[in-house]
Amino acid sequence: MNRYPVWKYAIIVIVLLVGLIYSLPNFFGEAPAVQVSAAKSTVKVDAATQGRVEEALKTAGLTPDLLTLEGGSLRARFGTPDEQLKARDVLQRTLVPDPSDPPYVVALNLVSRSPAWLTSLHAFPMYLGLDLRGGVDFLLQVDMKGAIDKKAESFAGDLRTTFRDKSIRGTSVNRNGQTIEVSFRDAAALQTAKQLIQDQFPDLATTEAQDGNNWRLTATIKPEAARRLQDAALKQNITTLHNRINELGVAEPVIQQQGLDRIVVQLPGVQDTAKAKDILGRTATLEMRLVDESAEGRAAELSGGPVPFGSEKFFERNGRPVIVKKQVLVTGESLTDAQPGFDQQSNQPKVDLTMDAKGGRIMRDVSRENYKKRMAMLIFEKGKGEVLTAPSINGELGNRFQISGSMTVSEAADLALLLRAGSLAAPMEIIQERTIGPSLGADNIEKGFKSVMYGFLAIMVFMCAYYALFGLFSSIALAVNLMLLVAILSMLQATLTLPGIAAMALAIGVAIDSNVLINERVREELRNGASAQAAIHAGYDRAWGTILDSNVTTLIAGIALLAFGSGPVRGFAVVHCIGIVTSMFSAVFFSRGLVNFWYGNKKKLKSVSIGTVWRPKTDGTAVADGK
Amino acid sequence: MEFFRIHKTIPFMRHALVLNIISFATFALAVFFLLHRGLHLSVEFTGGTVMEVAYQQSADIGKVREAIGKLGYPDVQVQSYGTSRDVQIRLPAQKGMSSDQQSAQVMQALKSVDPSATQRGLEVVGPQVGEELTTNGLKALGMVVVGIMIYLAVRFEWKFAVATVLANLHDVVIILGFFAFFQWEFSLAVLAAVLAVLGYSVNESVVIFDRVRENFRRYRKMSTVGIIDNAITSTISRTIITHGSTQLVVLSMFFFGGPTLHYFALALTIGICFGIYSSCFVAAAIAMWLGIKREDLIKGTPVKRDGDSEDDPNAGAVV
Repeated sequence: MNRYPVWKYAIIVIVLLVGLIYSLPNFFGEAPAVQVSAAKSTVKVDAATQGRVEEALKTAGLTPDLLTLEGGSLRARFGTPDEQLKARDVLQRTLVPDPSDPPYVVALNLVSRSPAWLTSLHAFPMYLGLDLRGGVDFLLQVDMKGAIDKKAESFAGDLRTTFRDKSIRGTSVNRNGQTIEVSFRDAAALQTAKQLIQDQFPDLATTEAQDGNNWRLTATIKPEAARRLQDAALKQNITTLHNRINELGVAEPVIQQQGLDRIVVQLPGVQDTAKAKDILGRTATLEMRLVDESAEGRAAELSGGPVPFGSEKFFERNGRPVIVKKQVLVTGESLTDAQPGFDQQSNQPKVDLTMDAKGGRIMRDVSRENYKKRMAMLIFEKGKGEVLTAPSINGELGNRFQISGSMTVSEAADLALLLRAGSLAAPMEIIQERTIGPSLGADNIEKGFKSVMYGFLAIMVFMCAYYALFGLFSSIALAVNLMLLVAILSMLQATLTLPGIAAMALAIGVAIDSNVLINERVREELRNGASAQAAIHAGYDRAWGTILDSNVTTLIAGIALLAFGSGPVRGFAVVHCIGIVTSMFSAVFFSRGLVNFWYGNKKKLKSVSIGTVWRPKTDGTAVADGK
Repeated sequence: MEFFRIHKTIPFMRHALVLNIISFATFALAVFFLLHRGLHLSVEFTGGTVMEVAYQQSADIGKVREAIGKLGYPDVQVQSYGTSRDVQIRLPAQKGMSSDQQSAQVMQALKSVDPSATQRGLEVVGPQVGEELTTNGLKALGMVVVGIMIYLAVRFEWKFAVATVLANLHDVVIILGFFAFFQWEFSLAVLAAVLAVLGYSVNESVVIFDRVRENFRRYRKMSTVGIIDNAITSTISRTIITHGSTQLVVLSMFFFGGPTLHYFALALTIGICFGIYSSCFVAAAIAMWLGIKREDLIKGTPVKRDGDSEDDPNAGAVV
């Protein structure tokens, strides 16, 4: 009656093991570490950097416990803060020869102390939210209307040029909000223009109207194109923010999309809000200039001669100098898009660029006059310019052209990203900000954990006293519940915040409900005279329906919180929901396993250790049945 | 151990009318305070700036207020936060001044009075975030109510769904009433607590209704009132022990969780207390008055047994 087949025990053991392994990393605490990340958008941290770091540390006689390369940053863990500081100095000297123009940021950081075998199993500790570790938190609102207005304006310009090129006469193009209105003198011109838009501007939808002798065409950006545009704008802004924040040397910044048009930026450890804001708002700019192809320019480029008047010397990523003219042809403002792709003829990676009408016109003129000459694309960050690429012009360019040449696929993708990242796609403003001092964070975490711990202990003591052995089973189930909750949160790499801790504490309170239901039911069965084994069986069986109902309704509330909550409420809801699910497992399946294991094999079970089962006597005088 | 030694079914429903009148009065009072005083909404909803400042010795709140008042803020709230050395300052949003400037100015003023003042935390929220939170909060509330009603209507019957949701809204409104009456700060965490209470307090009603359904099956001749009384009586020990356990944890949060969890725990405490009461009296009584009967819960034709007759006087008792 009360026996579990072996496979059920196998499930329990496996779940417990997995739970243990994945909750374990949270208990090791953190060790001092040094983090190396790129300071510029043109620098990448990769395996080669890792080699250099290893080499440098070895020469200095330092061996890190752990050296990991993850998400574009390199982390070396050390045993003591002393070693950490030494390593930082060593790396700073090796990787950053010129402090005024640092290619890398070498920052102090804390990394989990969990042993390598756990890390290799992808068991990582939970990430601590800013309210628990201190730092700055911004919520940025991206002005999507602005982005679309800008796009509509650039479409209007494009249409103007296209109509002129195709000699469609007597048109006037005006932008009205997010729609473009074109008026014509005759119906034929309207039809040609309409055809043209359909062929060349797949993102525009047109409607025509006629009043009197006036034909009008209204072009709007298709909804799916607008969506794509917003998405791209947000992504681009996030990329740009990444590049900018890197230079703050923040150990683990979080830059995430929230909703359709918001970006969350969290900078742990940063207390200087003003500087952080300054950097978030700063712009990198992209410029296109001609390469100085004169004899002097060549000489300066090849053999390091003097830079001719009216030109400047910049360096490419690989350190090769390029002499470019001071005159700026086009800035990043005119660049509307950059996408990596493949050249269909040569099958080589390329980057497709799209310029607005004004930029396209300049490109056309410049390319006609400078056929076979080189044009440099420069990116300016912190007032320092760098040449991204300097291809030669192989034909007349329009508002759409491509850069191809000896590039790998990933280089093309990087270049496209850099070109896009030069500026923000849409303006942003900070709509919410929070600073949490490190001492407040430490306070919060300590108080939070204390409240979970004391609450847990109090319940455990009470359950054991009230339900004897069954209470112990319930307490063990509760502990398992807590462990599984932590394990799942760690697996999801959730960010633990103070509301999350509150939800954990509440989960303990709610989870005990299932156990109480079962235990009370077993007692009731015993009170009504059922045999020990039958009472256990019926207790679990009958309580199940109730547990399911009550947990599902609680889950509904949790999901609603998850759907509509933001920030702290969401953090609460995630833990709340997972806690309900794990409590179903631990309170029903696992605790039954314990009970079955203990009582299941006893054929002639006389009594169950579930505390007092009191029976009212039929004549009305109550007699306590001392178990 | 055994706390509850109940000899007979307790006639809970006998007092239902009186208690429900009291319930209604509390509810009306809560609504009155909500409308009259309103909630003391946190900065997350209203927008503005909140600073937390720590001092080396106990802070003199009067002096802090005076120092900030000199800066020309008409409505500044200063209160101690956590320990006597920590102070929380709330500033309304000001046009033409960025939050940095605001906080820098305030810190400067505070430091000139007592140089040991250090800024521990800062929170700035724009007004549009607050508006969204309010609408999202209401949406969440609506979704919880609808979701629970649908689930209960499917699992039980619409009368139970209506009774449960009314009882729960009663709890929620009373929690809000408390917050309005005492002008406790209503923050996002409190909102989370309120919604959690909504889910949690449904548990209570569900456990009792589950027992009602079971009793309808088991005691075929008992009246509806008797069945409800019996269901509440036989689950009362579980109800009180469960809530007691949850309350233990919540109290632990209240005492050890620090100021951030303070109101969260307080909202839960009120929710738990009223949750017990409302599911025993409000939900069950409403269900009773809505006229639940055996046929609502036991679908299909009941199996006939000896002694059961078609004209069982208790079969469809409506009270």
